Amino acid sequence: MRYGVVRFPGTCDDTDALLAAEQLGEAALLWHTDHDLRGIDAIIVPGGFSYGDYLRVGAIARFSPIMQEVERFAARGGLVLGICNGFQILCEAGLLPGALLPNVSLRFVCRQVELEVQRSQAKWLRGARPGDRLSVPAKHTTGRYWAPDPVLDELEAAGQVVLRYAAGHNLNGSARDIAGVCNHAGNVVGLMPHPEHAVDVLTGSTDGLKVLAAA
Amino acid sequence: MSRHRELGLTDREYELIVELLGREPNGVELAVFSLMWSEHCGYKHSRKLLRTLPTEGRAVVMGPGENAGAVAVGDGSQVCAFKVESHNHPSAVEPFQGAATGVGGILRDVFAIGARPIAVLDSLRFGEIAGSARSRYLLEHAVAGIGHYGNSIGVATVGGEIYFEPAYEQNCLVNAMALGMISRDKLIRSAAAGVGNVLVLFGARTGRDGIGGASVLASAELGEADADKRPTVQIGDPFAENKLMHCSLELLDRGLLVALQDLGAAGITSSASEMASKGEVGLDIDVRKVPLREAGMAAFEIMISESQERMLCVVEPSKVDDVLAVCARWELDGTAIGEVTDSRRLRVFDDGELVGDLPVTALVDECPVYDLDPAPPAEPLYPAGERLLGERTGAAETLLALLASANIASRRWAFEQYDCLVGSRTTRRPEQADAAVLLIEPKGGAEGARAAIAVSIDGNGRRVACDPYRGAVEAVLECAANLACVGAAPLGLTNCLNFGNPEKPHIAWQLTEAVRGLGDACRALDVPVVGGNVSLYNEGAEGPIYPTPVVGIVGELPDAAVTATSGFARDGDAIALVAAEGWAPSLTGSELAKLRGAAPAGELPQADIGQVGALHARVRDAVRTGAIRTAHDVAEGGVAVALAEMCLLGDHGAQVDLLRHDEAALFGEGPGAFLLAGDEAALRDFGTVIGTVGGDLLAISDLLAIPVEDLRDAHEQGLPSLLA
Repeated sequence: MRYGVVRFPGTCDDTDALLAAEQLGEAALLWHTDHDLRGIDAIIVPGGFSYGDYLRVGAIARFSPIMQEVERFAARGGLVLGICNGFQILCEAGLLPGALLPNVSLRFVCRQVELEVQRSQAKWLRGARPGDRLSVPAKHTTGRYWAPDPVLDELEAAGQVVLRYAAGHNLNGSARDIAGVCNHAGNVVGLMPHPEHAVDVLTGSTDGLKVLAAA
Repeated sequence: MSRHRELGLTDREYELIVELLGREPNGVELAVFSLMWSEHCGYKHSRKLLRTLPTEGRAVVMGPGENAGAVAVGDGSQVCAFKVESHNHPSAVEPFQGAATGVGGILRDVFAIGARPIAVLDSLRFGEIAGSARSRYLLEHAVAGIGHYGNSIGVATVGGEIYFEPAYEQNCLVNAMALGMISRDKLIRSAAAGVGNVLVLFGARTGRDGIGGASVLASAELGEADADKRPTVQIGDPFAENKLMHCSLELLDRGLLVALQDLGAAGITSSASEMASKGEVGLDIDVRKVPLREAGMAAFEIMISESQERMLCVVEPSKVDDVLAVCARWELDGTAIGEVTDSRRLRVFDDGELVGDLPVTALVDECPVYDLDPAPPAEPLYPAGERLLGERTGAAETLLALLASANIASRRWAFEQYDCLVGSRTTRRPEQADAAVLLIEPKGGAEGARAAIAVSIDGNGRRVACDPYRGAVEAVLECAANLACVGAAPLGLTNCLNFGNPEKPHIAWQLTEAVRGLGDACRALDVPVVGGNVSLYNEGAEGPIYPTPVVGIVGELPDAAVTATSGFARDGDAIALVAAEGWAPSLTGSELAKLRGAAPAGELPQADIGQVGALHARVRDAVRTGAIRTAHDVAEGGVAVALAEMCLLGDHGAQVDLLRHDEAALFGEGPGAFLLAGDEAALRDFGTVIGTVGGDLLAISDLLAIPVEDLRDAHEQGLPSLLA
């Protein structure tokens, strides 16, 4: 598996995502102005503050040159994973349903959380099974997943809810404890917690590798 | 003759300038002198004292004088650069931006020597939040500002400390420390070199923000008109700094630079003077080439603007195009603004016209240095605080009150607002261990022992207020003890000396005694001082702050998999109390004394620094064997609070018996004691086993038995309830 990790100016977790992906295969950085995906098999859009995120989070990155390629790649069924700011960008781009709103606390929160793996269409999380509990950190200001109730019903019915916060771990007030979702085909997945920060037993957990494993 | 006074220069200093120039300075020149000769840039009242600190050690790669200090780690091919710096007065005037730009400034110091920033710690002091809307405002906005900048730029905030004392009500303290890693062969210095080489300014544009910050704001006492000084506080842009950091590191990685220097206090003036002074060269600068945020800026404004997120570098002419191309790739302005000359003069041009001509040595080396006139205060400097706890309280009531008190309560409210993980190095996060632990090589799945850095930042101003010498010794011992708890050996120390107005004899005495204490402790522990910062004039109409030397120590440990936590790890583990010979905890200057309304006064227990250092080494070695799973030093709130914290952080109960049952034994403070838990056989070797981990109560002799959940309520709700 060859992973491509997107770097926008202001991206923070790109190096972490590269290190994590290198445990599972090869990995390369993709620059925000690139139009060449260099034959990669899966794309990770990592966390951070793309272009400073001084506007609504992800709203600028969504128009970057590389995102045009990510959208084409996703439309062809290519594997795309958005983490934190990456999730926000994929929602802005319309590749994933719903939106991320400011945390209920209105503060940045960094905390290790427990996630429950759902039965879903996701073509990532190949290392996990439905019902598994994963320990993964989350860190963000704008991570409250939201969509209208009928959309949430549809997502649940269609197997598009990928991860939920375990009881007592919904740190941002997300609707129905949703921590991650996928598109209808399952090739595009987004989540607020950071699997790339759970790939080393010494830094707290290796459960993130189960999320990053893609088919 | 009044213009120089407005800029913070004395009449005698002005006369000296006239003498050095052989004429009256013009407006540009006077502005430059006022900044270079400010306390903030020139260290006029501290330079002589700082020279008494030990700066040599086996691990030292870069000592004081460069942008940051640096020590060799691991196999010696890697270097850890670090420094602590204050941003007190800007934070007292505008806490969010003051704290944010404090973080930005110290990060630039680290990547200015080529190191990739890996961690930030912060040391904060505010007034009592219980009775002060101002202190709550300063706390909430300073913490938010630190998070805003550190989180957005993508550097982990891994530790810190916060104290609340009445003496910081008007003049809060915001000290930020940054660490970076770099290969030893890639370090770069700031000395300009090579006549004919080009001076390139890159990063953000230059505006009117922060004009005179270093002289007017940072080098004078706070006063009533300080709200008017808000324009002297800079505005931070972490996105610009993120690009600036990546751009700087790429320029260095590609070998395109001769020298690099960040722009901080006093902007181009200070950076250019320092670069020229260190390189023993001259610089010609044309201010009209500097990209500006607004039209019509005067030459002196461009020279002294403290606009953030800018760097200055020296480049060989043949490499200028490559440098500008890298800047463009990171979407930063990069502009050649001058060149290196052999004149040893800083010459300022405005569109080709000479508007300032200054000898570099006069700016940097001939800044007047003043002798202090120290004298102990004739009467107590600090009033007693408010009494929050009665005189005769039971042990359980006292313990719960201490756990909920502002200085001891959980810092979760603050540290959860910081990203402590980015960079994939953090193996010990806040509240997991007494020191933060960071992998030297971040690589999950790596085989074998993985060396790590440990770091802590400490300084209890109330104890320094009681006794500046012993209090400063304690700051070093406390910080080193935190490193010992994770099995780390100290390599180097940075300090930030936060004091009042040194022109007053009693402040001069505090400063002199504290520096003597720092020096003695560093020599006894064999920890060199590799850099730091001095922040003076921290006082207003209400009087001076507590004298607050803040100490940051960086150490290393051979295997991050073998380190102790602060919390109890396993039921059945034995608990030992180990103390240096002569350890004599007392209530003087303690948190309990404070809760009972005592003024910060009285004699602190004397520590035999050598004995305490030897104990640190024994604890460190024991932790490294893996037999000690939990290690926590006895600090604020004494043995009882330390035991409660170990229960809380590990979510285990404990039963212990203490020989002495008086309040000093339970809640007294003084350097030189640890609580350890682990295999009983290993503990019996060097400590008194006092109990066992287990159950869901903390029970101490027949003095108290409190459910861990009740301890948790007190500890975790302490800060939120004070802020509510």
